[in-house]
Amino acid sequence: MQEKADQIFILLRDWLVGFLPASWQTAAGVLLGVVAIIAVFPGLFALTTVLERKGIARIQNRLGPNRVGPFGILQPIADAIKSLTKEDVVPLTADHAVHFLAPVVLVIVVFMGFAVLPVGRNMQLVDMDSSLLFYFAMGASGEVSIFMAGWSSRNKYSLLGAMRAVAQMISYEVPLLLSSVVIVMITGSLSLVKIVEAQNQYTWGLPHWYIFTPWGCAAFLMYAISATAETNRSPFDLPEGESELVAGYFTEYSGFKFALFFLAEYLAMFSISGLGTTLFLGGWSAPFAFLGWVPSWIWFFSKVMMSIVVMIWVRGTLPRLRQDQLMNFAWKFVLPMTLLNLMVAALWRFMGEGWLRWVVCSAILIVAYVIAGRIGMRREHLGPRTYRYAE
Amino acid sequence: MSFMFWILAALTIAGGLAAVLLKNLVHCALAVTVAFAGLALLFLQLDAQFAGFAQILVYIGAVAILVVFAILLTRGSETPKKEIGVFSRTWLAGLVVAAALFAVLSWAVLQSAGGLSQDDAAPTVSVLQIGQALMGRYVLPLEIVALLLTAATIGAVIVAMHEKEDSK
Amino acid sequence: MTPLAGYLLVAALLFAIGLAGALTRRNAILVLIGIELMLNAANLNLIAFWRYGPHPEALTGMMFAIFSIAVAAAEAAVGLGLVISIYRHAQTTDLDQMNRMKG
Repeated sequence: MQEKADQIFILLRDWLVGFLPASWQTAAGVLLGVVAIIAVFPGLFALTTVLERKGIARIQNRLGPNRVGPFGILQPIADAIKSLTKEDVVPLTADHAVHFLAPVVLVIVVFMGFAVLPVGRNMQLVDMDSSLLFYFAMGASGEVSIFMAGWSSRNKYSLLGAMRAVAQMISYEVPLLLSSVVIVMITGSLSLVKIVEAQNQYTWGLPHWYIFTPWGCAAFLMYAISATAETNRSPFDLPEGESELVAGYFTEYSGFKFALFFLAEYLAMFSISGLGTTLFLGGWSAPFAFLGWVPSWIWFFSKVMMSIVVMIWVRGTLPRLRQDQLMNFAWKFVLPMTLLNLMVAALWRFMGEGWLRWVVCSAILIVAYVIAGRIGMRREHLGPRTYRYAE
Repeated sequence: MSFMFWILAALTIAGGLAAVLLKNLVHCALAVTVAFAGLALLFLQLDAQFAGFAQILVYIGAVAILVVFAILLTRGSETPKKEIGVFSRTWLAGLVVAAALFAVLSWAVLQSAGGLSQDDAAPTVSVLQIGQALMGRYVLPLEIVALLLTAATIGAVIVAMHEKEDSK
Repeated sequence: MTPLAGYLLVAALLFAIGLAGALTRRNAILVLIGIELMLNAANLNLIAFWRYGPHPEALTGMMFAIFSIAVAAAEAAVGLGLVISIYRHAQTTDLDQMNRMKG
């Protein structure tokens, strides 16, 4: 019975595909999986827009949207109707081909990232040997489309916003990859399915999730910071800050293309939370061994929604970082910590079982954090202001 | 020859041609990104998954963005003056050299087409094997490439840095 | 035409296009784009020979291509840094105007 509830979507797909001749079955199975991804995640996106607006409103001591449905739940439908019926304004001197292709490329690339996430037991779309590398390749390709969006609008603010966004994304991509490489090193495989299976073991009822180890906890924190910066969320959202840059790289987009950018941003948030869940929080495995009867996909989606709630919470709480503070933070604090974390994880692996390795690794990480925090992030003494003009 | 190969080859060649023929520099950079993507798909067609994904990650995610930044920092996105044009004075010599090279290479390939092996057994290569090869047989090139990348990073920063004495 | 010959012809054509671009365009950055196309064509050649060659389990072709990708990225970084530095000095990236040794 538990098996059936757990594998219900796989059984549903096999039953539906069984109606077709044998040579079409694998292709139809993959197609059904693609349709499921395209249906589920944008649906989750609609729910999250309401959640975010209500959540941030409550943090800021006001009500959010509350007119459209009971407690404003039907607000996404109103937003969808608005954005689909708005006039599509394109500037006269804009580069029309590139302007049209930028949101399309971004949405395609973000959807591709969902193909390798193991949503439940046996529930990933493709199981490749190097699926983590595929995910990061798709993440890196998104930056080109952001540049395309910013440049094709022929607008100073768009270009500035796009350059800042691209610089921020490439700066934080290195700590993102390095904190994931620690997991790969300990697990011994780049395949996300194997990473989740390695975390699906229980000792005295507690799971072997990587977040419960010293290096895993540090890596998770670095991953969370880099993930927030990669998806341009607050406090790293200077590229799209409304008060600084009008709207950043999507200033000149209106109507459906703006909705596509918005969709792509939230989907990127889901997909990077999904990857963080898979790498650090155990993916679809239950927190305690006796809770194993709950279906695996429920655990995955609960963990992803918890990460989203934390991201919304952080957005409502912390002020925005300036561009140079952001880059300083990336290169001078996060990157050295991830490199040190790699070495600490190697030390952990070769120290053998026992309580000593916990103490030693935790001590190294805490001392390094204090030192790096004091030296790397010291506020510089402000002297008389100097100007450097663009040439 | 499979249908997929022809489509991907056409995409890559079209991207390459657009990259060297277009007048607007940013369009050239985007066309070469399309060529990189086509090449990555050709690698995947050849069952080299790791190389294909590494190609996307490095070339599209880093080199294309570097090229675009350089175009913007050197004001290349302005339209070129009409009387000068975008091609060099000696364009004919370059074209002749490239055409001659292609002629020689294709003649060599087609001459030896009979002797090349025909078996289509796909080698199953796992990332584990690549890792073991990198740490076993190819550890010296790996360390040298690490040194090279460090030198290139430091060198690129020093070469492109503002000189402190001039900007006072 | 065997599959291998098809891939080799595509690689040769891409190499020739890259060479033509590097030799005929004025802008320094397009020369670098041409060089990147040439390196990519060589990578395609390597992987094609690895796939259809005698010993694919030795992984030689794939390793060579991966190292080539890494080296090409480093070379693109340094090359573009040089182009930016030259632009700052000569206020132009037009290669036809850079025909003197005097600084």
